[in-house]
Amino acid sequence: MKSFKTPMWRGLILASSISINIGKAGYGPVQVLHDVAISVNDGETVVLLGSNGNGKSTLLKCVMGIITPEAGEIVLNVDGKSIDLVGKAPQEVVDLGVALVPEGRRLFASLSVEENLILGAFRNAARAKIDENLNFVFETFPVLKERRRQLAGSMSGGEQQMVAVARALMSEPKFLLVDEPSVGLAPILVSRMIAKIKELKELRDLTILMAEQNFNQAIKIADRGYIIVHGQIEFEGKSAQDLKDNDMIKQYYLGA
Amino acid sequence: MKKKINPFWPSMAAVFIAGMIFTEVADNEFYFFASYVVLQAVIMATAWNILGGYTGYVNFGSAGFFGVGAYTAIALHKAFGLPLPLLILAAGAMSGLIGLGAGYLTLRIKGVYFAIATLAMAIVFETIAINWEFVGGASGAYILTPEEFLFFDSYIEMLFMLILSLAIGSVVVARYLSTSRIGRGLAAIRDDEIAAECNGVPTLKLKLISTSVMGAMMGVAGAPYPFFVTYVDPASAFNLLIAVNAIAMPMIGGTATWLGPVIGALVVGGMQEIITVTISSEMNLLVVGVMLVGFITLAPKGIVGLVQDYLKKRRSR
Repeated sequence: MKSFKTPMWRGLILASSISINIGKAGYGPVQVLHDVAISVNDGETVVLLGSNGNGKSTLLKCVMGIITPEAGEIVLNVDGKSIDLVGKAPQEVVDLGVALVPEGRRLFASLSVEENLILGAFRNAARAKIDENLNFVFETFPVLKERRRQLAGSMSGGEQQMVAVARALMSEPKFLLVDEPSVGLAPILVSRMIAKIKELKELRDLTILMAEQNFNQAIKIADRGYIIVHGQIEFEGKSAQDLKDNDMIKQYYLGA
Repeated sequence: MKKKINPFWPSMAAVFIAGMIFTEVADNEFYFFASYVVLQAVIMATAWNILGGYTGYVNFGSAGFFGVGAYTAIALHKAFGLPLPLLILAAGAMSGLIGLGAGYLTLRIKGVYFAIATLAMAIVFETIAINWEFVGGASGAYILTPEEFLFFDSYIEMLFMLILSLAIGSVVVARYLSTSRIGRGLAAIRDDEIAAECNGVPTLKLKLISTSVMGAMMGVAGAPYPFFVTYVDPASAFNLLIAVNAIAMPMIGGTATWLGPVIGALVVGGMQEIITVTISSEMNLLVVGVMLVGFITLAPKGIVGLVQDYLKKRRSR
């Protein structure tokens, strides 16, 4: 694994960051998020912790444009520009360099692994570099290369999660949103997946926002994080240590 | 890259040439009438499969688009005396537009609800036709057949070659849609619409392309219909049987590829024609129903799926 964070050959890198400030968002009459403010700075891995039904996925869907918040703004700073993502269609958000690994993987079950990956590069900008990116994800996940012709729906959970992550990378994102990569996976596979995400982050200079229930796994790669309860940010941890030391975590996860 | 030439184009040309030879050789007009019905079914099944098979939206409104095509042709023929090729274009445009509008209105709903909405839409158009006196209203419209038939020996031979060309055209369009990037996007929508959006697939745009092309192709199939039967009333042009056939044929042939609906239409449509002659015309629906139930329970991937599985098994042996 390469240890340097900023490869010399890449030239000028403009800082990219995202600041989310949602007043109200939800599904029809059901309001899920209430005044949520979080930010992710360039090169960070920020984790969004909380158990089921607290609004983690809703927040990520707001960023992707799948749900439009009723009030608030989601400002993406990229390439020296500030863009409000609220009201943008998902495909426009993907064009701006944001990709989501959705909860429960959501693969195209009747298509092959390779077709799933190619679909990840549906946008014009990504299509130009499709071979290069395909080689990259096959190097990162060699098992996917062996099984490129297999139907995605017939793979094991761990392999499906690899396809989901690889598919998201095919659009060449700067920001990677990861929604519950641990769902339905054996603990050893969760560990590996988390380590892989960290590796990918360093190889591709990603900025990551990851929603996760599994505190102990998420904290391994987190720079900092938030705890979300009933659609509100209850705690902001400035560092991984900060999150570990917090009483709420103990209360929340250990029942103490 | 394969060095082999894609066999698709030569085979389409061969079908066309075979049709031309057929018009020279066969002298029993029944064959042309029967072939017309089967080829019309090929267009309908192919059109249905673009939305129903590739995109995964089950549409019960095929008869609506077909009837709109037929009635557009009747209205323009009566009003301006336009020639048939122009009528086909106009009917395709009209039904395509209705497909686009229907897509906007109904694509937010899914599954059973979408199917019911399309069925209701067909009934709306039928009601409009019943109440439109200019095209004959409930009592229907007569079309006089032209005196000249280009270089063909008879009127039905000309119509046969016309519908054959249209069928080839629709297969070419359907094949393009399934093998291109659009087709991959449609397959993504079918498998998981939210995941498709997350990957930047413009789902609404692709679904609207899908409904528009589907509608246009059904309108194109409907436009020559008044000239084929020479008498059209709303009950026959908007007949539910048309919609049932358009669903059953791709399901029986296999919905995953462009070839499935073609095979389904040829098998089911051909069988219907044979049964009409040998047993009775009332047996038609029974046959379709029994075949549909049989295929859905025993071979959900249709005839094409059965053959593919068989070939795979043989290869791995």
